[in-house]
Amino acid sequence: MRSNVTDYSLIAPATLTAALQTLASDPTLTPIAGGTELMVALSAGRLPQKRLLSINHLKELRFISVTPETITLGSGTTFTDIRGHAGIASDFPLLAQAASWTGSIANQNRGTLGGNIVNASPAADSPPALLAYDADLTLISAAGTRTMPYRPFHLGYKKTALAPGELLHSITIPRKFAAYRAYTRKVGTRNAQAISKVALACLALVTDGPDNPGIRQIQDIRIGAASLREFPTRCTATEQAILNHPILRETLPATIAAARAALATEARPIDDIRSTARYRAAVAGNLLEEFLHSLQGAS
Amino acid sequence: MPDPGPIVGTSPIRKEGLAKVTGRAQYVDDITLPGMWYGATVRSTIPRGRITSIVFAPEIAWSEFTICTAADIPGENCIIHLTKDHVCLASDFINHPAEPILLLAHPDRAVLHAAVEAVHITYEELPGVYTIEDSELGAAGDTSKVIWDHPGHGGSPNTFKTFLMQKGDDPLPDAELEKIFASADFVVEGEYRTGAQEQLYIENNGVIAEAFRNPDGSLDSVTVSGSMQCPYYLVHALEVVFNLPAEKCRVIQTETGGAFGGKEDFPSVNGSHAALLAMKSGHPVKICYDRAEDLIATTKRHPSRTRHRTAVSKDGKLLAGEIEVALDGGAYVTLSPVVLSRATIHAPGPYHWPHLTVRAKAMATNIAPHGAFRGFGAPQSLFALERHMDKIAHTIGLTPEEFRRRNFLSTGMHTATGQHLSDPVDMQALLTRALKESNYHQKRAEFDRTNPTSPIKRGIGFASFMHGSGFTGSGERRLNSLVRIELMADGRPNILVSSTEFGQGTNTILSQVCAQTLRIPYEEVLVAQPDTAVVPNSGPTVASRTAMIVGKLIERASESLLATLAPYLANSAGLPDFDYSIPCEVPAHFTPADFKRAAQAYLADRGSLVSEARYEAPGNIFWDDDQYKGDAYPTYAWAVYVAEVAVDTTTYIAEVTDFHALQEVGKVIHPILAKGQIEGGVAQGIGYALYEKCVYVDGLMRNNQMTNYIMPTSADLPPIHVHFEETPSIHGPQGAKGIGELPMDGPAPAILNAIEHATGIAFTEIPLLPEDIFERMTATPASGSEDLNATDLDTRTETEVPA
Amino acid sequence: MSAITLTVNGQRTTVNAAPMKRLLDVLREDLHLTGAKEGCGEGECGSCSVLMDGGDGQAELVNSCLIPILQAEGTCITTIEGLEHGHNLDPIQQCFLEKGGAQCGICTPGMILATHHLLDKYPQPTLAQIQEGLAGNLCRCTGYMRIFDAVQQAATKSG
Repeated sequence: MRSNVTDYSLIAPATLTAALQTLASDPTLTPIAGGTELMVALSAGRLPQKRLLSINHLKELRFISVTPETITLGSGTTFTDIRGHAGIASDFPLLAQAASWTGSIANQNRGTLGGNIVNASPAADSPPALLAYDADLTLISAAGTRTMPYRPFHLGYKKTALAPGELLHSITIPRKFAAYRAYTRKVGTRNAQAISKVALACLALVTDGPDNPGIRQIQDIRIGAASLREFPTRCTATEQAILNHPILRETLPATIAAARAALATEARPIDDIRSTARYRAAVAGNLLEEFLHSLQGAS
Repeated sequence: MPDPGPIVGTSPIRKEGLAKVTGRAQYVDDITLPGMWYGATVRSTIPRGRITSIVFAPEIAWSEFTICTAADIPGENCIIHLTKDHVCLASDFINHPAEPILLLAHPDRAVLHAAVEAVHITYEELPGVYTIEDSELGAAGDTSKVIWDHPGHGGSPNTFKTFLMQKGDDPLPDAELEKIFASADFVVEGEYRTGAQEQLYIENNGVIAEAFRNPDGSLDSVTVSGSMQCPYYLVHALEVVFNLPAEKCRVIQTETGGAFGGKEDFPSVNGSHAALLAMKSGHPVKICYDRAEDLIATTKRHPSRTRHRTAVSKDGKLLAGEIEVALDGGAYVTLSPVVLSRATIHAPGPYHWPHLTVRAKAMATNIAPHGAFRGFGAPQSLFALERHMDKIAHTIGLTPEEFRRRNFLSTGMHTATGQHLSDPVDMQALLTRALKESNYHQKRAEFDRTNPTSPIKRGIGFASFMHGSGFTGSGERRLNSLVRIELMADGRPNILVSSTEFGQGTNTILSQVCAQTLRIPYEEVLVAQPDTAVVPNSGPTVASRTAMIVGKLIERASESLLATLAPYLANSAGLPDFDYSIPCEVPAHFTPADFKRAAQAYLADRGSLVSEARYEAPGNIFWDDDQYKGDAYPTYAWAVYVAEVAVDTTTYIAEVTDFHALQEVGKVIHPILAKGQIEGGVAQGIGYALYEKCVYVDGLMRNNQMTNYIMPTSADLPPIHVHFEETPSIHGPQGAKGIGELPMDGPAPAILNAIEHATGIAFTEIPLLPEDIFERMTATPASGSEDLNATDLDTRTETEVPA
Repeated sequence: MSAITLTVNGQRTTVNAAPMKRLLDVLREDLHLTGAKEGCGEGECGSCSVLMDGGDGQAELVNSCLIPILQAEGTCITTIEGLEHGHNLDPIQQCFLEKGGAQCGICTPGMILATHHLLDKYPQPTLAQIQEGLAGNLCRCTGYMRIFDAVQQAATKSG
């Protein structure tokens, strides 16, 4: 049964500065952007945060800016904004893809990239791509801004590095992946409007090795994953296990085996109402294998 | 007005369509009555036990609330369906999670949530039973597992109902039957299971009740409006709860946003609850569940376990069969006996069995009662049968097609209940056409060729089946349905039936039948809102009976209305001094304008014209309840469904990639509605097979959100090709038979048959989720019984008994 | 309580409501526009879909059950009640009628508004675009096939 809305407060300061000042004076306020998460809890009668701060209308947080080196997305950028941006489609296909399979069209019109990150669901759609792309986060408060890599932002289940009084301002991704092979696949409960059972977003730079001209090898590799840990994860052990491996038909099985073994050490999937730990682990391995197979093709 | 021409067989705009596409249609939660309060239900948090205390936390202003307990019930604390074991409000003993204990009402909907949370109930908890197997232990004498023990039903504890169905007037004694099994070339055994399935109508269950008092303060009557299929079922329930005569229990159906059986028996529960609150509060009271409550508290399809043991000759003839059907009925009997009956009668499918014994039982568990859902037992037993038929075919080395062809029922043969199939039945032709439409043979060969080297395994499979139209057995005789057509002042006919519209097209098809019979335009026919103060009892809107049974009654009532009007029609020229008292034939030709003039002239003379028709069982239809033999249904719809699947070996996801549904349903009254019915049923069938799982923990559904109960979206369904064969039946109007439930029966077995073709793995249980496919595909050969690489199935044998 | 001004079906209106009250409840309870339905309360079924223009002239499909009314301040909302042009049905409504796109009707208002949004974006949508565009609007009756038909016919009519 839905909550009594008169038990809740919601304010919407007109500017980002005003919002940050409000938040500074009362850091217990809960920011609400597109509402696709918090409003679900409200309808179900289980939204514990009673005092909320709307940031949905803040134009300062809804932008996409492109420089020769980076693309920066304001945290209020919706998934529809992301899908409609040509630069993201060309430079960051993993992110464009993730935006396209987040919820439904109506959810994409409201849901924001910042909300997806800060809500910190282990199954969230965009974090694996952002992890693979080495995104940086800019956090803002009345006291100023700070920038941190996205990777250490998630500290535990639904726990993040966001400090009291702080908002996620923007996400910056370096435009340095043009030469990378990109692979992403989401395995959800159905084809649309699905929550991930497991998802991978992968990038690899495959070039002639410095020591072995003519033999292509994995120069760089980045694997972001959903639903394998209590928060979105970069699979660094797996990356390390196969870095510099040659991509040759004869050695690929060994590379795949090494990657699978490493993934098994760092993945900690769980049983829940949507799937099983065994399934998640196995399918993650299969996706990884599919990715590595894809590296064999012509570049 | 020109002659409207044929109307049955065309696709006019649905009667309430305009209201629906403009948003003007009023569903129950769209309605607010003056002074209306809102109701909520306090439910048990344990599956089984005794209530030890109820404490109302002090932070709530309880004096503002109306609180109902079992003690407030004026009549019996019982929701009546077929028996009286089901309490309206638990007062002492709890038999399932989320069982209603208390009702609260308040003028402000917003405060109810906190109030429900503030009622603290303590229990002495008792161990629960959640599976058919555990329930059977109780039936077999393990008293620690006995959770239901009422006399006069299934004969043993935990057993709601049993049926024994045997082929032939003189069924073979067991010893003789065993000889057939002993000497058969093959004996094939199998066990098949199906899970609970939620109807998932998009409009949750909801009602508004009012209570009226006499001048002396005593209760005069109650009225309940709401989302429902069967207004007279609720009348009956209210009679018992309020100890009122039927005419003091008025029920009105409001626009109903999907039902599928989920609003057949359940409105007796929430309707009674709202009426209790209305009685005690003195206000109209609305109870509309939200999705989470609807999912934990209301009925779902019965989970099932079906076991087959079949004797077959090496030339592919069925020799004898034993089928054991067990349904999980949930905590109370509700409709389980009749669901079980349909499951039993459909268990043998469209095949000739020289000898057959079906033993069926419905068992108690500590889960919210399972209830009606499209198909009503048939999808469960037909899933088992059609998987088993493929298994037999593989075992004896015939194709699934050829094995079925050698055993199909056909015109003139007898079903397992001894019903003589006098109407034409041609399963051979249906199968031939279905396989041709779906390009079955070519695809089978193509997939066999491409699968060994492809990570995507493709397969094609089919199921052949039938669905009985109308109530099972003597049900229609007992229902004794009545329909009425009255002439309005402007001469338009108004159909009065308790048959409800909830999307399937009741209003539209009954109007078509009426219009065609009266030879007037479809647009001229009105349909009254089902209100038991106004409409007669034309029976419940269930069991694929509305088009055929009620449609036929509308046809008859229309004919008799015409016969009454005949003299007026004969004088369409309006001659003065015409003697209308002389009976005459209905003229061979008259126009809609003639009809209108005649109707108005009749009304001017006589004041009103009401025509009725009551069900009369055809003389050649007979059913023996005691022997469980005879004509189980007036007639059947027959079908062959073909599913094409792709199983991704990377994700273990099985998807249906194409679907052909061919059925013989008699005359198709409205082709667009009929297609919509079939497509919608197939979509639910695909969900049943591959997506929809109720995750229970200690009897409570834990995935009670639409986010976590997975039904197919528009992006999950294949093209669904619908094909009809039309062999008119004498039992329905213009030859129509029932189609509502049929499409629920075929998809699941067709899909799993296709998955077996794709993967070589014989899955026996639905829902079949990727996790299940994963476990079997990756099982080591030692632990798995199936050979993953078997695509040529001729060499496979199971429980083979050498001759 | 806050006074919140928004435009609904072309009509500027001010409601007094708790700021966290859902747009869906404001439409249904305060403005008596009951065409938007609650099927799930979690943005999953789409039966509460409405079109919302935040001021940039772009009407976007949203789930009104997920929008606190304060966030609708100053927006223009179109509900199913606002789709008719005088006494004429919108072509999409007409096509849903003719093609059997509505059965029980509870998902129909949301489905029609989702179609409106889809055809704004893709006047001649492919089947895949239709499937994606309507995937947030669950229909339990039709199996979607008649709805696809209706959308395709509406695209033809307006195209």
